[in-house]
Amino acid sequence: MNPDSAVEPLSYTPEEAAAALGPEWTATLEKAYRWMALGRAFDARMQGLQRQGRIGFYGAATGQEAVNVAAGLASTSDDWVFPGLREQLVALVRGLPLEEYAHSIFGDALDPARGRQMPCHPTARPAHYVSMSSVIGTQISQAVGFAYALRHRRERGVVLAFFGDGATSSNDFHAGLNFAAVFDLPVVFCCANNQWAISVPAERQTAAASFAAKAPAYGLEGRQLDGTDFFAVYRELSMALRSARAGGGPVLLELRTYRLTPHSSSDDPRRYQPAGWAEEGARRDPVARLEAWMQAHDLLPADRRAKIAAAADTTVRAAVRAAEAAPPPAPETLTEDVYASRSSGPAEGTE
Amino acid sequence: MTELTLVQAVNRGLQEAMRQDPDVLILGEDVGVNGGVFRATEGLQKEFGPGRVIDTPLSETGIVGTAIGMALYGLKPVAEIQFLDFIYPAFDQIVSELAKFRYRSGGQFPCHVVVRAPYGGGIKGGLYHSQSTEAYFAHTAGLKVAIPSTPADAKGLLLTAVHDEDPVIFLEPKRIYRAVTGEVPDGDHRVPFGKARLVREGSDVSIFAYGAMVPTATDAAATLALEGISAEIIDLRTLVPLDERAVIASVEKTGRAVIVHEAARFCGFGGELAAILAEKAFYSLKAPIARVTGYDTPFPYSLEHVYLPNTDRVAQAARTTVRAG
Repeated sequence: MNPDSAVEPLSYTPEEAAAALGPEWTATLEKAYRWMALGRAFDARMQGLQRQGRIGFYGAATGQEAVNVAAGLASTSDDWVFPGLREQLVALVRGLPLEEYAHSIFGDALDPARGRQMPCHPTARPAHYVSMSSVIGTQISQAVGFAYALRHRRERGVVLAFFGDGATSSNDFHAGLNFAAVFDLPVVFCCANNQWAISVPAERQTAAASFAAKAPAYGLEGRQLDGTDFFAVYRELSMALRSARAGGGPVLLELRTYRLTPHSSSDDPRRYQPAGWAEEGARRDPVARLEAWMQAHDLLPADRRAKIAAAADTTVRAAVRAAEAAPPPAPETLTEDVYASRSSGPAEGTE
Repeated sequence: MTELTLVQAVNRGLQEAMRQDPDVLILGEDVGVNGGVFRATEGLQKEFGPGRVIDTPLSETGIVGTAIGMALYGLKPVAEIQFLDFIYPAFDQIVSELAKFRYRSGGQFPCHVVVRAPYGGGIKGGLYHSQSTEAYFAHTAGLKVAIPSTPADAKGLLLTAVHDEDPVIFLEPKRIYRAVTGEVPDGDHRVPFGKARLVREGSDVSIFAYGAMVPTATDAAATLALEGISAEIIDLRTLVPLDERAVIASVEKTGRAVIVHEAARFCGFGGELAAILAEKAFYSLKAPIARVTGYDTPFPYSLEHVYLPNTDRVAQAARTTVRAG
């Protein structure tokens, strides 16, 4: 995030910013910027550790910070999050301790899931962040069932169902949107369209005018917005959550972003991204855009910015240190949590 | 006690569970107004309302995915798949998600769903209303698989399934939905998982069966008795968890084993049973283990009577093992 690079400016007056973020808008902005800086620093550090062989795999969310931070801040503690692939920052904003997330990336004994999942698959029930698989789309219909349960129990929560552009081609996108609309459930479907499903561009996923355009066919509203514009994402998500909470039914938000890093540590985008794509993406860097706006409005003095960067760095280093010091999971945890009780499984199994 | 058919017992089991616990919900195709194509959910929407007995759009992945979401919250959904043959759009949800939620979340997200599905042949249903593919599910760690063969067990195993903490694939032998009636205990009747049922005691050969093959095996035992062969019939009731102790103990007593299932032979559940016996009861065996199964073909329409194991085939297999040693 070089402040000198030419980023597409966010054209909001302070009054418009206040309208988007609510009465405490400067505090929200400060919080948002800190989380975005932390997410960016964490991603960079993890990619470095992966290259050094200290963690096995990493998939960054660089370029999607505005979406993730806005979702974390705009949702309430009553709400629930079903992640797609790159929403780990939502869990952190909603209360997953960074150190605990680091333990899950290292797959160590202090990972609540005992190192059973690849990196970037955290589980955080206290943050209302549901365990994810690596299968594309399955969480969409699950989110719908969860929303059904919330309504059945007359709870106030709304479900945020995340997925990428590729997932809009999956069976469960169709099933999930269809069921949610038929049952009129409190779900905000968030298509984080970073324009690439590994190497396949968005125009290969659909011939429709947009992903949002699919919504009306299911009987719900679809809105496309700039996912690199924190103000827009926060405003639209807040509205969608409010509406769903009030019984307004489901909605599909297509949040258009740029994937600024490879799909994962195993991917090389030079094989498929056209020349100039990364440069175009850099102009839409959500962190740089927000930073430039805050600087232009005297809300981020240089010393404050440096302090936030240093704090993010310290937090990330401490989390990595803690995770690297933890032992691997004990061998006997291999056969735990398959069933509620260990004796429930098929025969004895593992002797 | 009430005299019921197997499908009526399923219905009473569901009704009892829903009366016990407002968090029990039913969802599936045609389960509401129509009461299910086999009438397993007859009258339930009337009693419990459309919010708890839910007619869904036609999508198996949607049904099971939705049920998983309900269970993640803490409800106790019972999803009906109209025929086991139609479960495959939901296979991803069952194998990748349902079976693995507890494990991958370190116990933070247990996911207890009962997936009910009528299964098996004998109703002239052809390739897509007849199959018996329990082995796919028994092979997947994290799932339990229950298959009743009597009305009392249909209710008792179903109530256990609904109150279990793990996901359960509950397979109902539709061929005997109405072919048998039996006394079913009223109220909260539960049959524990992992306890096989001794249907008939015998000393010469053990015949292991489940679902609609239990009455077939029992008929074969009656034929064999006339010839002086004493066959023991064991109904497995649950494939997962398997009552391994009962299986081994029976073969230790008789020295001979015949395994019967409708499913195709290759990699069928009988292969696992045979392997367990070879590993753990080898020195008790007096004769090679025999399997009486469906053929390694798709399920046929006109020739289903050839495909399905019958009394003659089971009796012949038992005779062969007895003569072998």
